Amino acid sequence: MRLTCPLCGARDRREFTYQGDAIMLTRPSNDDPTAFSDWLHLRDNPAGRTRDLWYHEAGCCAWLVVERDTVTHAVHSVALVEGEDAD
Amino acid sequence: MPAGPAGWLGTGREIGMGRTTGAIGGGMGSGSGRFSGWRILKEGLTGNRGWRPHFRNPAPKPEYDVLIIGGGGHGLATAFYLAQEHGLTNVAVLEKGYLGGGNVGRNTTIVRANYGLPGNSEFYSHSLKLWEGMERELNFNTMMSQRGVLNLYHSDGQRDAFARRGNAMRNQGDDAELLDRAAVRRLVPYLDFDNARFPVHGGLLHRRGGTARHDAVAWGYARGADHRGVDLIQNCTVTGIDIVQGRVTGVQTTRGAIRAKKVGIVVAGRSSEVAAMAGMRLPIESHVLQAFVTEGLKPVIDHVVTFGMSHFYISQSDKGGLVFGGDLDFYASYAARGNLPMVEHVMEAGMTLMPMIGKARVLRSWGGIMDMSPDGSPIIDRTGVDGLYLNCGWCYGGFKAVPGSGFSFAHLVATDRPHAPAARFRLDRFATGRGLMDEEGTGAQHNLH
Repeated sequence: MRLTCPLCGARDRREFTYQGDAIMLTRPSNDDPTAFSDWLHLRDNPAGRTRDLWYHEAGCCAWLVVERDTVTHAVHSVALVEGEDAD
Repeated sequence: MPAGPAGWLGTGREIGMGRTTGAIGGGMGSGSGRFSGWRILKEGLTGNRGWRPHFRNPAPKPEYDVLIIGGGGHGLATAFYLAQEHGLTNVAVLEKGYLGGGNVGRNTTIVRANYGLPGNSEFYSHSLKLWEGMERELNFNTMMSQRGVLNLYHSDGQRDAFARRGNAMRNQGDDAELLDRAAVRRLVPYLDFDNARFPVHGGLLHRRGGTARHDAVAWGYARGADHRGVDLIQNCTVTGIDIVQGRVTGVQTTRGAIRAKKVGIVVAGRSSEVAAMAGMRLPIESHVLQAFVTEGLKPVIDHVVTFGMSHFYISQSDKGGLVFGGDLDFYASYAARGNLPMVEHVMEAGMTLMPMIGKARVLRSWGGIMDMSPDGSPIIDRTGVDGLYLNCGWCYGGFKAVPGSGFSFAHLVATDRPHAPAARFRLDRFATGRGLMDEEGTGAQHNLH
């Protein structure tokens, strides 16, 4: 598997560290414990297209959102988290 | 900390028993009796013409008391114990492929009870006792081999951690021996003891641990369940779960609708997909784990040996192949195949620990779909839907749990009360934070186990 980092280009999978579902980018408020727990623990866990977070640890150290297929391992897109998490 | 062999992946078609039903066995259902030495002798002298299929291949009936979704090791064991322990025989197991074709047919076949935390400890202890009585209970040779599981340590800190774990195991009533370097050398002289980076300082030996013939476990439970009246329905994919006013009423399948009073979900890596049919989201991520087997060799590795400084565990199958595996590939996947970097990593770890295996040729590698829970421990519990029960989250350690999981899940389904050894496998522990069983001490969030 290779991922095309928007900053570095196509790189080996070993340069990247997997974090998990990109739902971690949309953190709910702390006011509702149930919503917070669900966000932290429950997952759609799709067999098919998914969005997850990868960290380009051995490269530019950017956080990336990777859209890929969990059944075929095809990678559809790689984008910087920074674009949607600018705060 | 690598706490021991992950033990879920296996030898595939490694040992030469036939895949098809009835390759070896004597089906009691067809009236051909029990396995015995006398019977094998008699069949041997009469051309082996008396063997019959192990189990029937029935079509689904319109209604059952209990449906078990998933015909793997855990599902088949659940069906067996529903009949054996609770007298529930109007039961069907629904399997989308063939029986035992998932993770129970593709693991490293390791059996052990070396857990440290309350909750896990008593559960795996109970499961190991069931393993020890399994062949007699099932009248089936599951090739249970208590050859010992040896977890190596490579530092003072790791020795202390293993001493603590060994004490926890003995307090639970199971066995553990802390071995020094000389004792390990007597047991397994072939290790690279003086490795410059990871010298072997000793090991924790769990003599009652070992391996079992993974497919035979599935077949044995299938045969036992079938003979007690359970319908094992293959090529039957569940496509929907029917719920009326908060109570389950049956399922939709590719072979038609089936009504039921109770439904159990036991589908490992596919848990999220099936639970979604009941409107549930689970604390589960499905990951890929790979394993490997070499060509057959003469006996050379007598135990299950695990490397304490890199995730690597190995044993030798009765046919002679070295069966070994490592860690997850560490990304969500349903592909049932892994990536080369983890292949390389596992081979490096093996060569670091025991260079003697370097000339063995790898025949096959494969991957399975692991239902990873946030704290690395399983879930056996009721759901928000009456009559719907959940059994999942076995991560990469489901094989050794097969009998205990089936026994405890059957108890829950039959009585609506948790079975004591599995009472802490609660679904709500992630929301409440109470009773988290984070065996590795790394945290109770996804991607940490």
